[in-house]
Amino acid sequence: MKLKSLIIAASIAASTATIAHTEGVKVGMITTLSGGGAGLGIDVRDGFMLAIAQSGRDDIEVVIEDDQRKPDIAVQLADRLIQSEKVDVMTGIIWSNLAMAVVPGAVAQGQFYLSPNAGPSPLAGAACHENYFNVAWQNDNLHEAAGAYSNDAGHSNTFILAPNYPAGTDALTGFKRMYEGELAGEIYTRLGQTDYAAEIAQIRASGADSVFFFLPGGMGISFLKQYADSGVDLPVVGPAFSFDQGILQAVGAAALGVRNTSQWSKDIDNETNAAFVESFQAEYGRLPSLYASQGFDTANLLISALEVADVDDADAFRAALEAANFDSTRGDFAFASNHHPIQDIYVREVIQEGDVFTNKIIGTALSDHSNAYVDQCSM
Amino acid sequence: MSLLLFIEQTLNGLQFGVMLFLMAAGLTLVFGVMGLINLAHGSLYMIGAFAAAAVAGATGSFLLALVASFVCAAFAGVLIEFFVIRRLYDRDHLDQVLATFALILILSEATRWVFGSFPLFLDKPDWLSGTVMLPFGIEYSLYRLAIIVVGLVVAAGLFWMISKTRIGIRIRAGENDREMIGALGVNISLLYTFVFALGAALAGLAGALVGAIQSVQVGMGEPVLILAFVVIVIGGIGSIKGALIGAILVGLTDTLGRSLLPSFFGLFLEPSSAMSLGASLSSMSIYLLMIGVLLFRPKGLFGGV
Amino acid sequence: MRKETILNAALLFGLLAFPLWAWVADEPFLITLTTRAIVFAIAGVGLNFALGFGGLVSLGHAAFFGLGGYVMGVLAFHAQTYTSVMDWPFVISGTKSMPIIWLVTLILSAILAVGIGALSLRTSGVYFIMITLAFAQMLFYFTISWSTYGGEDGLSIYVRNGFPGLNTMDPIQFYAICYVILLMVLAFVFALSRSSFGLALGASRQNEDRIQAVGQVPFRLYLTAFAISGAITGLSGALFADLNRFVSPTMFSWQTSGEIMVFVILGGVGRVFGPVAGAVLFIVLEHTLGGLSEFWHIYLGAILLGVVLFARGGLYGMITGREVAHE
Repeated sequence: MKLKSLIIAASIAASTATIAHTEGVKVGMITTLSGGGAGLGIDVRDGFMLAIAQSGRDDIEVVIEDDQRKPDIAVQLADRLIQSEKVDVMTGIIWSNLAMAVVPGAVAQGQFYLSPNAGPSPLAGAACHENYFNVAWQNDNLHEAAGAYSNDAGHSNTFILAPNYPAGTDALTGFKRMYEGELAGEIYTRLGQTDYAAEIAQIRASGADSVFFFLPGGMGISFLKQYADSGVDLPVVGPAFSFDQGILQAVGAAALGVRNTSQWSKDIDNETNAAFVESFQAEYGRLPSLYASQGFDTANLLISALEVADVDDADAFRAALEAANFDSTRGDFAFASNHHPIQDIYVREVIQEGDVFTNKIIGTALSDHSNAYVDQCSM
Repeated sequence: MSLLLFIEQTLNGLQFGVMLFLMAAGLTLVFGVMGLINLAHGSLYMIGAFAAAAVAGATGSFLLALVASFVCAAFAGVLIEFFVIRRLYDRDHLDQVLATFALILILSEATRWVFGSFPLFLDKPDWLSGTVMLPFGIEYSLYRLAIIVVGLVVAAGLFWMISKTRIGIRIRAGENDREMIGALGVNISLLYTFVFALGAALAGLAGALVGAIQSVQVGMGEPVLILAFVVIVIGGIGSIKGALIGAILVGLTDTLGRSLLPSFFGLFLEPSSAMSLGASLSSMSIYLLMIGVLLFRPKGLFGGV
Repeated sequence: MRKETILNAALLFGLLAFPLWAWVADEPFLITLTTRAIVFAIAGVGLNFALGFGGLVSLGHAAFFGLGGYVMGVLAFHAQTYTSVMDWPFVISGTKSMPIIWLVTLILSAILAVGIGALSLRTSGVYFIMITLAFAQMLFYFTISWSTYGGEDGLSIYVRNGFPGLNTMDPIQFYAICYVILLMVLAFVFALSRSSFGLALGASRQNEDRIQAVGQVPFRLYLTAFAISGAITGLSGALFADLNRFVSPTMFSWQTSGEIMVFVILGGVGRVFGPVAGAVLFIVLEHTLGGLSEFWHIYLGAILLGVVLFARGGLYGMITGREVAHE
């Protein structure tokens, strides 16, 4: 693997180089590389490493660890990265529950943490910290956008469902924050549930004019397949988590026409994004997902901060991160005061391009959108 | 809730139950006949689904994919039985638990190594897509009806095999007294390999059939494993009839629980508490059912020979 | 017996010497790793008491492990936010004192174990395995949706709870606390196994009819053993939560129950020190194999499989040359 040798080369260079101002930066990446949810972690890692490779810098060493989606393993890995490897910056966690286990302790010990995915609301609000930055979104953002889009699309009687766990409740709360119509029904499904016949029957009987759902991973695949087969023909809206590139190939035609909200799409029109999509496909042989773009942007944010500040000078480095002076795949990039992005959130439609299922932007749901927890953060 | 919706949900519960039976049928054979706790049952289910997805992707034929799932899972079953399970018949349940737990690790990661970490595409064929109109004006998915039919055929087939064929007699005899039947000249190890392979094949077939309307990904077998064990324990170990009835009970409890509990609590609680209480309770409902059954019938409904 | 005693002593010595070396060599992570092994060992010792000595195969011990964790989490959470757990009928406020948390954990875990045991012990064999699993699963789904304490996201306790006179945030000091607890638990179980209760339990495991003939009631023996077992595993859960400074519903999952069982089987069922060896071996494998490949679970599975098939009686069985009766 080309990148693996690059990492080795970078670490050898880092350990033997005698550079004037710093002896190189060590990044600790804890992400999910095994088990059922590994696709997301692999995407984030690949996007991140692509940016590192393209930067041409040889002083960034990335230590990558697999958390197996277990909170206690993530905590253990974090301890090791901080105590043994003595990393300067940490990143990588996909899931909110693992983030909640690792991040508060890590940032309290002075580590910088750049989140390429998980954006739980406590870390945006009451538990926000000056060393914590989220480059992707705050968990509610994509759901809020779905609510806003539902208003624009004229939906007035929506049926909403999500699994019965914090991310699911946050999803429906976020949707309802923006949505102005009536709710035909609201269901919390069981986490990991695979059969949705009962829920679909309820949707059919409710007289709804549209459906919003948040069902990440395999749950979403199951729901979409069963929904498409049920004869219920209502328009479906959801966040990009159920419609990313990895999932779409498994769902196939059942997802066609679904509208989903995302802060990124491969057809966002700017140079950085076009180059990113092309180089990702050339390097890895597949189209990037939003997770890959998030990993890519995280790495570029880090690199941009390293250009102007030394990671050992915490205040300067933090200021450099806050400035976010880098070319993002989403165009202009800025942080809100609680270190979460202010960005446009688009509406995409699932289409078929030849053999491949992918997304196409059809509109913008929210412009320059921040998040609902800025006021709760006392930074 | 309207009467029509209630009838439809009951139908959904029955269908879910038959689907569970399909998933559990293989396990009840292995467990009931050989007394072997096989935690790798879920992995065999997964192997069947992946084989089907691979073959369907390559050939475009769903039927061929089903055959592939049956054959691949059976083959995997034979290999596993020959190299691992064979040594465990004499051992206690603990060793079987650990060994088959280890097998889950190996099979899951091996599948991920071969097929990658992203979910695979598997879809039902066009000739099984769409809906049909049932009496009472209920629109129902044709594919789910097909699954019900397959499940009932499998149940009937297993019944017939166990009670009317020579092999069935030997299996039942072996369940009762293994040494005696060996002394009577029956090739016990071949019999057991056959039973295990059949159990594996059924699991694989279930994986392919159900995978077409759910997701095909690594780890898909683990929730199925727990559900299958619950079904068998409720029905009574070793009883095919018990497994079918247990499965339908579980299916109905789960489906009706999910649909009715939130509304039930909504009668006297405010909506959001009613919803979360209803949702939490419904995820626990099948376990409550199992505990309830075991308290009254400690060996399951039809178990305890 | 001598080989076993030598191995016991070697384990205890190693678990003392290694972290001390790591402390001197400034490798705090290795101290944390050893502490993790010790906490898992305590959980395994708890399970082993019911499983190895009592013959009760419980696949739901994660229920106690998780309860211990959440007792710690809830109490510490309320202490760190200066709110009270309950205001009516009497005020219960949070606490960040480890000894108090342990006491509460032991009591509550024992109560839960009596509750679960009273219902489960009416079944036997595989049905017992499944019903214990069911209870743990119910707690698992319950805590996932219990948003007051984080639900699936879990609870972070930023600063470790306090132990009088020690700085618990210092890895070596927290490790010392866990090591002493392990010693106390081992001594307790050892004494219990040699007491008349332990002998009656073992006899009951082997032949219930006979022991009834001499006037014992097997159900009571099993229930007591189950309660003690649950309490010990619960204590390990509280320590685990303190170690990671985090509690989450995964502590209740069936995979956790399975892992605890793996420690016990790996080390040697029915031997007092078995789970200690099993936990150490498992942690070593987990730590070293991870670096080999992205698919290291295959190696772990292969090794576990090898142990079951060829090393009957686990590590202890391999070294002493025989298994201990536990059926």
